Amino acid sequence: MSVAPTPTHVPPTQESAVTPTVPTTEAMPTEDQHGIKEHSDGRFGFVPVQTRSDRFKSVNVTDFAPVTGREAVWKFSPVAKFTDLTAGVLDGSTYQVESAPTADITVGWVDRDDSRIGSAGAPEERAAANAWTSFDQALAITVSGEEAKEITVTRADLGSAPRGAHTIIEAKPFSRAVVILENIGDARLTENVEIVLGESANLTVVTLQEWNDGAVHLANHFASVGRDARLKHIVVSLGGSIVRVNPSVRLAGPGSDTELLGLYFADAGQHLEQQVYVNHDAPNSRSRVTYKGALQGKGARTVWIGDVLIGRKAAGTDSYEQNRNLVLTEGTRADSIPNLEIETGDIKGAGHASATGRFDDEQLFYLQSRGITEEEARRLVVRGFLSEIVQHIGSKPLEDRLQAAIEAELRGTEEK
Amino acid sequence: MSVLEIKDLHVSVETDQGTKQILHGVNLTINEGEIHAIMGPNGSGKSTLAYTIAGHPKYTVDSGSILLDGEEVTTMTVDQRARAGLFLAMQYPVEIPGVTVTNFLRTAKTAIDGVAPPIRTWIKEVRDSMKQLRMDKSFAERNVNEGFSGGEKKRNEILQLELLRPRFAVLDETDSGLDVDALKIVSEGVNRAKENTGLGLLLITHYTRILRYITPDFVHVFVDGRIAEQGGPELADRLEDEGYDRFLTESNVG
Repeated sequence: MSVAPTPTHVPPTQESAVTPTVPTTEAMPTEDQHGIKEHSDGRFGFVPVQTRSDRFKSVNVTDFAPVTGREAVWKFSPVAKFTDLTAGVLDGSTYQVESAPTADITVGWVDRDDSRIGSAGAPEERAAANAWTSFDQALAITVSGEEAKEITVTRADLGSAPRGAHTIIEAKPFSRAVVILENIGDARLTENVEIVLGESANLTVVTLQEWNDGAVHLANHFASVGRDARLKHIVVSLGGSIVRVNPSVRLAGPGSDTELLGLYFADAGQHLEQQVYVNHDAPNSRSRVTYKGALQGKGARTVWIGDVLIGRKAAGTDSYEQNRNLVLTEGTRADSIPNLEIETGDIKGAGHASATGRFDDEQLFYLQSRGITEEEARRLVVRGFLSEIVQHIGSKPLEDRLQAAIEAELRGTEEK
Repeated sequence: MSVLEIKDLHVSVETDQGTKQILHGVNLTINEGEIHAIMGPNGSGKSTLAYTIAGHPKYTVDSGSILLDGEEVTTMTVDQRARAGLFLAMQYPVEIPGVTVTNFLRTAKTAIDGVAPPIRTWIKEVRDSMKQLRMDKSFAERNVNEGFSGGEKKRNEILQLELLRPRFAVLDETDSGLDVDALKIVSEGVNRAKENTGLGLLLITHYTRILRYITPDFVHVFVDGRIAEQGGPELADRLEDEGYDRFLTESNVG
C-alpha cells in the first residue's frame, strides 16, 4: 500500500534510471514491440519518484538544478526570500559556540574527512547540498558514558551574512544524554546536522529556534538509529522570519525506537516549516511523530509534511504520526500533509492523523462567561494545546523555559 | 438581598438581511432565591434575552438596562459580568480543545473568586459534585465538552453552576435533548445549587417538562420579544394544555 507520496521532480542526471531497460538477448521482445516502448505522449522519460527513499541525494550543490519553488521539497517555502542560501556562495567557516564543560561529552571542530561525516544521510535538496559543499570544519558533539547528562550548545553569534554549517552528534553505544541546540540572535543559515546513535544508546536532541525576527534558518537533520537505540528528537521553533527544520530518521538497527516531537508558534508574517521523514529500515522498530503548532496574526504560516516509510525489511514495525494545528486568529495558513508508505504487510501498526482547528469567538465567549479574561482565555487554550509536547521533553528546566517562551509569544503578539 | 432587574430592554442583532430588532422592551425583576421560568415559542427571543444578559457580542442593546444590585451590567465585559455573579448555562456548550475540565474549572474558580481555591477542599468539592451529577471521574481529564454527548455537556454546565456559585443563573433550554433520567439528574443539580447558595434562577424553556422537577415561583410567557403574560406555576400547566396558539394569534393580530 502506498499513500500519496507527492510527485517529485527527478533531476536530469537521474532520468536514465527510470527509462525501461533495453532488452539485449534475441529471445526477448524487441524495443519496438507493443507495450515495451514508452508511450509517445505524456512527459518523456519523466516518472515521479514513487518511494520516499528513492529521492535523489547528493552532497554536491552542482548536482541539483537551480531551485524554482515548484519542487516537492520547496513548493510550500518562500524560496525567493533565500536564494543566497540555495544558489549563493556561503561562508563555511567555524563560529562561536558556547557550552558548559560536561563529563563524557566533548564539543569541538573536526575536519571534513572525519569518518562520521556522511554516515547518517545526505542532502535531498539544494540548500542542504550547498551547506555540505561549503563547510570548512564540522562541529562534533560526542557523547559517551552510561550516566544521564545534559548539555546546552548555544549559537548566538552567526551574523546576518549567508552561512553554511555542519554538525555531528554522536552517541556511542550504551551512552545516554540530552543535547540541547540553542539558536538565538541573527542568522542566515543553511546547515546539516547528522545524528548517529550506536547500539543501545539513548539520546535526546532538542533543537530550539529562538532567533531574532529577521533570521532565516534552513536545517536538515539526518539521524541513524542503531540496534535497540532510542532517539528522542524535538524541534521547537518560535523565533525567526523563515525557519525550516527537516528531520529524517532512519531506524537502521533491529529494535530501534524514535520519538519525534515538534512545537511551533507562528506569529504574523512568520514562516515555520518542518518536513519529517521516518524510514523504518529494520525489524521491530518503533516510531511516534507528534507535531503541534499554533498560528496567530496576519500572514502566520506553518507547513508540516510527515513521511513515514515502512520498508521491506521492517517487519514488526509500530508507527504513528500526527500533526495538530491551532489557529488563533484570521489571516493564517497551516498546511499539514501526512504520507504513509508501507512495503511490508507484517507490521504491528501504522497510523496517521492531522487536524487543524481554530480558537474562535464562541470559545472565547464561553471562557469569558466563566469569568476568565480574554488574555487568560487565549493563554489557557494555547498552553493546554502545546503542553502535550512540552511535558514530553524530559528536562524540567527546559520545560519551564519553554512554557515561559510560549507565554512571551502570546504576549508579544497581543502587543503587535 | 441581591436583585437582578431588566428594564425596558430593547435588543437587536446584525444579520445578513440587516439589523433585526428582537427584544421590544422586556421588564423583569428577579430576587435572590426566586425561580422564574420564561416560556415561549421558537423565535420569540428567549435565547436572545439569555445571551444579552451574559453579554454575547452578537447582540446590541439599543436601549434599556440590566441592573445587578443597581449596577449597570450592559456596559460590562463578558468576564466582568461573570465575576459580578452572573452565570449562563448554555443550550449548546462549546468545545475547548486542549483544556481539560479540571484545568478549566480551577481557572474559572480562580477568576471568579479572585484567589485560587484551596487545593484539597477544591478537589473534594469537584469530585463530590461530579459524583452527584453521575459524571465519571474520567471527565476531569477530558478536554472541555470535546466528544461529550448532549447530556454530558448539560451536566458539565450544571457542574459549573454548582462550583462557581453565581448569584444569578440563566439556564438556556437546559432541558432540551435530555432523556428523562438525565433531566432528573440535571434538575437535582439545579435544586441543590439553589439550596446551597440561594441563587436566583431564570429558567428558559420551550416545554413544561423541566418544571416538573424544578418548581418555578413565577412563569412568564415570552412572545415576539416581550413578556405577554405572567403568573404562577399554574400558568405553566395551562400552557401544557393549550400550547402557545393563543398568544401567537394575538401577536399576529396586533
